[in-house]
Amino acid sequence: MDGKSATQFKTEPGKQEIVMTRVFEAPRELVFKAYTDPNAIPQWWGPSRHTTIVDKMEVKMGGIWRYVSHDSAGNEFAFRGVYHSIEYPSRIVFTFEFEGMPGHVLLETVTFEEQARKTILIDKSVFQSVEDRDGMLQSGMEGGAVETMERLAQLLAQASHTSA
Amino acid sequence: MPRATTNSDAFNAVAERQRRRILNLLTHGEHSVNDIARVLHIRQPQASKHLRVLKEVGLVSVRGSGKRRLYRLNGEGLKPIYTWVVPFERFWNESHDRLAQYLDDQQKKEK
Repeated sequence: MDGKSATQFKTEPGKQEIVMTRVFEAPRELVFKAYTDPNAIPQWWGPSRHTTIVDKMEVKMGGIWRYVSHDSAGNEFAFRGVYHSIEYPSRIVFTFEFEGMPGHVLLETVTFEEQARKTILIDKSVFQSVEDRDGMLQSGMEGGAVETMERLAQLLAQASHTSA
Repeated sequence: MPRATTNSDAFNAVAERQRRRILNLLTHGEHSVNDIARVLHIRQPQASKHLRVLKEVGLVSVRGSGKRRLYRLNGEGLKPIYTWVVPFERFWNESHDRLAQYLDDQQKKEK
């Protein structure tokens, strides 16, 4: 990973949430728009090696969103949820679910705070249980878990080469 | 849909620390349940219980029979975890990096 990554992740043992914080050099109206404009999403959401399509995006209370992401190997990953509230330009509340792991639904609250023409974005995800969160995070507190996952990643890369 | 129980999907199966230790060990190759118990300093019935869960969710597969049963990692079963669980922080780091770039571009256009 490069050194410029500046998103802060905060987790506490025994709690079922993850709080991400990031500062953007832009007015919050613009950051809010990037989150709520279907034309903007494919330009930033997800890793750059993925192509993301907005399947549905009804930005209103009770509206459905669904993004479909493809990697270069042709794998498809779909994510979806429902908007609970849209408060321009300060807050969005919605559910989030990866279709590959159905039933593990997160409640996300994204807050946009403006300070001196910068936007502080706070994204709080609440999981259904501590186990859900720790499963998701692979418990970054344990050094070994990260190493395991790196090795698993290599293994998968090998597996996908041989099956391709 | 009812709430998934611990044994019903890969996601929950890896939330347990001992099961992650077993997976970690199996990244080095096949092992018998006795090997696993010995290396990880856990009781053999406990190791068997964890292996059963990992097998049910498709994270490990087994070959042979009786005491010579050998467990190994199943790459396919790990795919949903790798694609979602592993890169959570990376996913957002990278998305936010791209968002910063996008916001930059938008502001340049406005000027």
